[in-house]
Amino acid sequence: MQTLHKFANPARFVRMSSALLPWMAGLSAVLIVVGLYLGFFVAPADYQQGESMRIMFVHVPSAWMSMFIYSGMAIASATGLIWKHPVADLMAKASAPVGAGFTFATLASGSLWGQPMWGTWWVWDARLTSYLILFFLYIGYMALWEAFDDPQRAGKAAAILALVGAVNVPIIKFSVDWWNTLHQPASVMKMDGPAIHASMLVPLLTMALGFTAFYIAVVIVRTQREIMARKVRTLRMAQVNQ
Amino acid sequence: MSEFFHMGGYAAFVWPSFGITAAVMIAIVIDSWRGFVRERDTLEKLQSQRAKRKAP
Repeated sequence: MQTLHKFANPARFVRMSSALLPWMAGLSAVLIVVGLYLGFFVAPADYQQGESMRIMFVHVPSAWMSMFIYSGMAIASATGLIWKHPVADLMAKASAPVGAGFTFATLASGSLWGQPMWGTWWVWDARLTSYLILFFLYIGYMALWEAFDDPQRAGKAAAILALVGAVNVPIIKFSVDWWNTLHQPASVMKMDGPAIHASMLVPLLTMALGFTAFYIAVVIVRTQREIMARKVRTLRMAQVNQ
Repeated sequence: MSEFFHMGGYAAFVWPSFGITAAVMIAIVIDSWRGFVRERDTLEKLQSQRAKRKAP
């Protein structure tokens, strides 16, 4: 809570996040390069799926990011609505296009994996359909921000959508257990530990950490931009009123 | 080397997957940076205009 209050001051947010930015950008680049190396040259081909399994090293981290980012947006939106935290709404707004991008990448790489393994690009089952809804939630959230002239009202409407849509996140996660689906069940985030060999798990987690650092770096840049945009708006209003 | 790019016959699926993901991430970086620079320039311009007006 203490750190949350510190970040509530936009000037302090800019100062602290600027210090963090080069570290996150560098960390992300290093982890992704190492992850790609491990994924292509150290991880063996799967005994059932052959080399197509390597798609996992981008598909799964993108999917994790899209759900992690959405959850973060929902939490930030709640913080903005309840405590009127001045940076929370902006962080959620800054995150949405990044989450939407990862969702799109997941859908694309999933399709490219489904075709050789399942014999189809797409199937309307629970996992894929609930995941497509996540993509539309991101699009809807971004559209709501643009739909109002008053950023305060836009932020409120978008925050409510983010919160209502959050119900979809556990549905995506558990869809593979609750309904019959072509999609394989969880093999990493399970109660009894990962059911995947270290030679594949290590590159997967390295990529996932690299994607997380990437997200932190770009969301810092995007949030700072939103903070500046708010200042620009205030200055323009002051000009008009003079 | 060509065996590597062949990806056991799955090249047409593996490389586009990595390519699309990379393209999305690069597009996010470019969009984020451009937006940042644009907003920073606008803010600096407005602030210098304000400073000029205040100074007699």
